Amino acid sequence: MNSSPKKATIGKNQRPFYANNSAAALKEALRKMHLVRMFEEMAEDSYIRGLTHGTMHLSIGQEASAVGITMGLRKTDYITSTHRGHGHCIGKGAEAKYMFAEFFGKEEGYCKGRGGSMHIADPETGNLGANGIVGGGLPLATGAALAIKQQKRDDVAVCFFGDGASNEGAFHESLNLAAVWKLPVVYVCENNGYGMSVSTDRSMSVPNVADRAPAYNMPGVIVDGNNIADVAEAMAVATERARRGEGPTLIECKTYRTRGHSRSDRNKYRTKEEIEEWKARDPIPLFEKELLDMGIFVQADIDAVLANAKAEIEDGFNFARGGTDPVPEDVTRDVYAREIA
Amino acid sequence: MRELSFAQALHEALDIAMEADERVFIMGEDIGVYGGAFGVTGDLVHKFGEDRVMDTPIAELGTAGAAVGAAVAGSRPILEFQFSDFSGLAMEQIVNQAAKMRYMLGGKVNVPVVFRMPCGSGTGAAAQHSQSLEAWFAHVPGLKVIEPSTPADAKGMLLAAIEDPDPVLIFEHKLLYKIKGDVPEGHYLTPIGKAHVAREGRDVTVVAAAIMVHKALEAAEILKAEGIEVEVVDLRSIRPIDTGTIIASVKKTTRLACIYEGVKTLGIGAEISALVAESEAFDYLDAPILRLGGAESPIPYSPILEKAAVPQVEGIVEALRNLVKGRI
Ligand SMILES: Cc1ncc(C[n+]2csc(CCOP(=O)(O)OP(=O)(O)O)c2C)c(N)n1
Ligand SMILES: [Mg+2]
Repeated sequence: MNSSPKKATIGKNQRPFYANNSAAALKEALRKMHLVRMFEEMAEDSYIRGLTHGTMHLSIGQEASAVGITMGLRKTDYITSTHRGHGHCIGKGAEAKYMFAEFFGKEEGYCKGRGGSMHIADPETGNLGANGIVGGGLPLATGAALAIKQQKRDDVAVCFFGDGASNEGAFHESLNLAAVWKLPVVYVCENNGYGMSVSTDRSMSVPNVADRAPAYNMPGVIVDGNNIADVAEAMAVATERARRGEGPTLIECKTYRTRGHSRSDRNKYRTKEEIEEWKARDPIPLFEKELLDMGIFVQADIDAVLANAKAEIEDGFNFARGGTDPVPEDVTRDVYAREIA
Repeated sequence: MRELSFAQALHEALDIAMEADERVFIMGEDIGVYGGAFGVTGDLVHKFGEDRVMDTPIAELGTAGAAVGAAVAGSRPILEFQFSDFSGLAMEQIVNQAAKMRYMLGGKVNVPVVFRMPCGSGTGAAAQHSQSLEAWFAHVPGLKVIEPSTPADAKGMLLAAIEDPDPVLIFEHKLLYKIKGDVPEGHYLTPIGKAHVAREGRDVTVVAAAIMVHKALEAAEILKAEGIEVEVVDLRSIRPIDTGTIIASVKKTTRLACIYEGVKTLGIGAEISALVAESEAFDYLDAPILRLGGAESPIPYSPILEKAAVPQVEGIVEALRNLVKGRI
């Protein structure tokens, strides 16, 4: 063996993430991270230009968690998402064009314009939906896992939620149910340090959300949420455990949202330095650097991924702008499965 | 007098109450340095400190219950729900505990708690952030439910709520926060349970609350040009409800329209219609009673549909015109 500088990377190459995923799968993961980022940048820009109304919650900085968790899932697995859910949605297989259409309130949108950013769902790809209620998805994912178990499937339900949501009563009730019933569910806490303006050290009495897992007798795993390899490896273990019928896992992805909480946030509760520190740990360049260092990709591969994502975003945006407006008479359509008198 | 916005008027009421009585404190999500999702608490944390302007974890059930418990134990808590929709998570403590404690305990305790409830549609926030749920709570004996429409009433009624010995929910329509109006200086109380005739007229009585008062007044101005004189009764309080003012107005105008943003069926308008139908005003009616309320659907996101989901000025004008001209 020669003593080339490749030595260190061979070590890294042996990580399950790089050993078990094909170059194509890694490329797709990177493409999705870029898609999420570009989707949100475009959405933000549309809002600033007055093309869309309401509010939106951007997950810029959290893409490794969204994609690392979803990349190994099947179409028949479920996810429940949150108000900060564009990444989960794209990760699970949603198309940007129908997401944009939802943003613009068009009939072509995932919710036919009824839901908007905060409610995007795509049951076709197992995405049971974003949620406007913090913690609202915790019991829902638990119920989806219950159905999987009753139907003797080996699918899993994955529940995304925030650090803030872990302080809701729904967290306790859901994790306890899943543990006593041994349900195939993976609870994924995206801990970005804040629930709106309140930091975790002001809202929790333990440093980690995962510290609460022992109370439910389930594994609690902490990962670097800005490192997609860390996230995906922990997820693979949890998913296998769930598929084998051994019950739930709680994964905590430590991450950060570099944008404000929503459109109205003036960032009064955190410092510029803190934001800059995290921007320097941006998960996308971090992943690209690993891919290049390991010689899995060359720069031209990355450029191609970027160009591809950019085209999908631009096409999607244009598709959505030309979408169909709903008509006022349809305001009560779809309230019930069958029309009632 | 000076002009204040609705939000500033509420802020002033909180300031006055906390200054006057050190048992008064406010809890809620992001009400500290953030200043509240709609800016109502603003800088209060800097004046009164974090022990009296308490940022809470996201825990609606727990904090609602903590407010009720603190009220029973001698404090004067105010809980701000970030959106009134989230009271769904706290229903147990509001409905099963706060509303019933005094009664169940034979009148031996008071529950002087205030829940602040930002409500209503029009902001593009869709189904889980846009509801008008005041009728739910008004159905529960033991609770008081108020819904001011002007900055002056917002201040006076919030102060009255804070000083009230019973649990009070104050619904604050989000589109009203920025409207301006004259607000008296200093401490004053606007009584809970009293409606207000916001505009006098002889042809039809409109009973409305919160933002619908403003829409009704706009409609009245348009109809005036056509020779139709609309009387607008600003309900202000949903429970207790001011039966006397409503009946007196209907006897005068002989026609009744109820306009409210909550879902039409089984809403506030049903109660008002029924109480008029049960009263001596029934004999005075020259036309069927009219209700204009929210659509039988959740609030949709699309701006086109969102507008279609609640009564708008044009629709109100047309409906009142038809009512007065005997076309219904
Ligand atoms: C039940 C409920 N309470 C409060 C809110 C308002 N709200 C929306 S997001 C949010 C912060 C959530 O924090 P976290 O769970 O950490 O998720 P993050 O926003 O950080 O992704 C709050 C307070 C809500 N939507 N639902
Ligand atoms: Mg958070």
